[in-house]
Amino acid sequence: MANEHKLIGKDFTVPDIEAKVTGRAKYSEDFRADNMAFCKTLTSPIPHAKIRSIDTSEALKIPGVLGILTADDVPQFPPPAQGIFAKDETFYVGEPILAVAAESEEIAVEAIEAIKIDFQELPHVVDPLESLFPGGPNARSEGNVAAGQIKLQTVKWDGADFAAAGDTKMPLGRPAEEWEYGDVDAGFKKAKVIIEENFVSGTMSHNCMEPRTAFAYWQGGKCFLHGSNQSHTAAVANISRYIGIKPDQLVFIAEYCGGGFGSKIPGYPNMAIAALLSKKINRPVMHRISRYEEYGIGSARPGFQGYIKMGFAPNGKMTAADLYIVQESGPMATAGDFRAAAGAMSLVYQPQAMRFRTVPVLTNTIPTGAQRGPGENQLVNMIEPMIDQAARQLNIDRFDIRIINAPDSNAKFGKDQGPVTSAFLKDALVKLRTFSNWEERKKRSGQKNGTKVTGIGIGQGYHSAGSNGFDGLLRITPDGKLHVHTGVGNLGTHSWASTARVAPDLLNVAWENTVIERGDTRRGLPFNSPQAGSLTASTQSRTMYAAAMDMKAKLTDIAAQMLGGKADDYELADEKVVHKGGGKSITYRQAAQKAIELGGKYSGREVPDELNPITKSSVAMIAGSGLIAAAKDMLPRVGTTPGLTCNVAEVEIDTETGVVEIKECMSVVDVGTVLFPLGLGHQIAGGQILGIGLAHLERHLYDPKLGIPAAVGFHQGKVPTYLDVPPNITWQAVEKADPQHPLGIKGVGEPSLGSGSSCIVSAIADALGGHLFNRTPVTADMILNHLSGRPPAHKPLQVNTV
Amino acid sequence: MSDADKTGTTSEQGRLRATRRAVIKGVIASGVAVSAVGYVVYERTAKRPAAGSVERLITLNINGRDRRVDVAPHETLAHTIRYKLGLTGTKLSCDRAECGACTVMLDGVTTYSCSTLTQTARGRKITTIEGIAAPGGGLHKVQKAMIAELGPQCGFCTSGQVVAAVALLNRNPHPTLDEARRGMSGNLCKCGAYDHYLKAVMRASQEA
Repeated sequence: MANEHKLIGKDFTVPDIEAKVTGRAKYSEDFRADNMAFCKTLTSPIPHAKIRSIDTSEALKIPGVLGILTADDVPQFPPPAQGIFAKDETFYVGEPILAVAAESEEIAVEAIEAIKIDFQELPHVVDPLESLFPGGPNARSEGNVAAGQIKLQTVKWDGADFAAAGDTKMPLGRPAEEWEYGDVDAGFKKAKVIIEENFVSGTMSHNCMEPRTAFAYWQGGKCFLHGSNQSHTAAVANISRYIGIKPDQLVFIAEYCGGGFGSKIPGYPNMAIAALLSKKINRPVMHRISRYEEYGIGSARPGFQGYIKMGFAPNGKMTAADLYIVQESGPMATAGDFRAAAGAMSLVYQPQAMRFRTVPVLTNTIPTGAQRGPGENQLVNMIEPMIDQAARQLNIDRFDIRIINAPDSNAKFGKDQGPVTSAFLKDALVKLRTFSNWEERKKRSGQKNGTKVTGIGIGQGYHSAGSNGFDGLLRITPDGKLHVHTGVGNLGTHSWASTARVAPDLLNVAWENTVIERGDTRRGLPFNSPQAGSLTASTQSRTMYAAAMDMKAKLTDIAAQMLGGKADDYELADEKVVHKGGGKSITYRQAAQKAIELGGKYSGREVPDELNPITKSSVAMIAGSGLIAAAKDMLPRVGTTPGLTCNVAEVEIDTETGVVEIKECMSVVDVGTVLFPLGLGHQIAGGQILGIGLAHLERHLYDPKLGIPAAVGFHQGKVPTYLDVPPNITWQAVEKADPQHPLGIKGVGEPSLGSGSSCIVSAIADALGGHLFNRTPVTADMILNHLSGRPPAHKPLQVNTV
Repeated sequence: MSDADKTGTTSEQGRLRATRRAVIKGVIASGVAVSAVGYVVYERTAKRPAAGSVERLITLNINGRDRRVDVAPHETLAHTIRYKLGLTGTKLSCDRAECGACTVMLDGVTTYSCSTLTQTARGRKITTIEGIAAPGGGLHKVQKAMIAELGPQCGFCTSGQVVAAVALLNRNPHPTLDEARRGMSGNLCKCGAYDHYLKAVMRASQEA
């Protein structure tokens, strides 16, 4: 599309990048305060136990111990919510039970060793199917099934369900939730080819590089908290709830966040420990988190055990789909991946009829939660190689079968078959076919070179990637600077900066005269989108648009008041408001000065009712300091805004070692208007690289007998390294604007991981003649066992193993 | 590392974890110390090593300057750098030589400072991220290239990546792409910024 913008769509130097490359960027643990105390948590060594008593008397006698915080001292949340500390029952190894504040960490550790806890061990479970088995253990005394909108309950399937399935098939007992659209049975009847498989997608830790250290102190009745968080103002209310204070009592400082991937969206319970201990002992408290502790509280992508059946017409159209997901949820109802997976199935493949059944099962493993493409990305890893299987059986091209099923802007989404704001996945696939040189490339499929065999795979990815309804806040000060107040976080996607550029772009202000206010709630930050769900680029850019339109109206209004005429007679030029007839103008400096004199809505003394309370109190902080625009984005948006991506990968498998070498990856994305090309490329490449981890490297490993995690940390969890990824990842964008966004922008972060992962899984299957493992990660030993005709090392539906 | 395994449980799990716990206890215990700036390092006499066993007040040459610092025998270099010298650009992420966020140079050779005892750095030149730019503040060509190529995402691993890249180019000024990725492979990045970091290394290698 034509680009008339000076800043939108252009590359730029992200303002915080120099701080990152010089080490000056300050993360939570880099702060200090006079008289600072330290703390350590005591975490559960047992996967499931009653806590009968806690004796801290010896610990409190140790010189240098300043205080102990237990579940009795902190806000409580009804089960199965994730609390700050285990209270009467502990649900997994690594769960915080209490914390000790001391003059030093060494003393805190010594004190923890002196604490006596009387545990009564209870049966534990790390495999959802084991929990669903008649008489199987429950992860919590109150039940074994729960999720958002699914109440905590006990679900046991019938022995007959398991007997019918035998050892190799997925038992399909009573679901906790189900839905259906269209005539599924009729859809299967008219299908020419039916694919029916069981699958297991592995659980994996978020493994953020920055452990979630928190540092807190209190001043003037307010809690000052330095925390590592993806979102900023969107997290304030929830963090306040964990601490037990009102949102306006929290000063939240979070300029940098060392990785989140979904595990730091609305804050997390652990943040409250430093805050509450600080209050208790009346000193600043630093709560450093070790890598082991991070594993326990750092969240994980839930695993699936599932069943899928898909019917295809002769032309490849999906006539019906039947999906059953049993989710390994961890012990708290913290992940909704199963629902998102079903939504992805309905959107990406547009089945004419679909049935979905699910049971989210609680397990005595670490709490799970959203991880970059929650649910969607586990599912495409399973389905994409099956789509290839169908194409093979129908003897049609692998791109053709995807294009015929891919969503366009008339697509329907989910159980309600609602609309989308735009979808150009067909266009993306057509473009990728050319970009990847498909016709030539696919000839290399299965080609042997010594011990190596080549595989080519296609992958697709989806996540909703845009929302609305947040508040924009802009200010022009009498020195002529445009202050962009942004409450989105700084996860590392650079979207806080790229979205901030929308305001100066629309208001004709030079980037050099733009000041971004962020990272500290004392700077007057509005209520903005969580930095999650691929939302920021799309949502915050339209929020900025709304605020910029309010600013433009006020600028022209003030010009009319100062120079005569109507506001409509004026337009914005370079940091000036100019009469359309020529001649008369005022500078933004003059407008700012005038706004202070006028007061009222011009200087932030009056604000629109519809603003969020957080925005209102932020406006109050800066009221009177310039010309202020504060506006809620009330522009219409009807339907789901999907970010959609597709990738091609070429891999080589060494048939003697099972090692998969990824030679080349390329991607085409449907993200609407491109906001920041360099940043978009970073999300695509990063998604591809994390996708490589999800496809064949990263995993959870739990000892089923002891309930102990064995893949704690980067090496055992197998995070991808430089040597696991191709040296160059290339991409293109469809560049068709979303019509329900004032600038046409959609997000990309999560879909890029899904397509980046599923193209690898498909390529591995392709190299092996279309063999379906129906399991991720696809590890080298799985490949070797297959190639040598040996059975897999694991049972078909076994989880938390490799 | 959890310390819950000696809390009255007799479970099998606790015993299984004891070995590793004991190994790293010295490292985590050293978390006691705070920055040298205005802090009292609280230590109890009983925990101090016997007088004269190891000299504690030592001189470290860090970023070209000699600094006198009180160092415990079991203290890691990352700990000394971050909490005693206040150089917080060096990050701790895994604290067990897996990730490279704590990468510094000792006599020009990269090392994981989380797994290096400070006492072994005596008499050697220590370079941290804060010592990479020129003394006047001019950025190193690697830092400039990292900015141009938008190297970092979240930035938590970036200090280590920059130090590793500088050390690589010091010993091999014009690496091939494959040499560069091998040279950088001791540094993890969970955001998946490898692609951009590598482009930056290659760009820097072409600068004078």
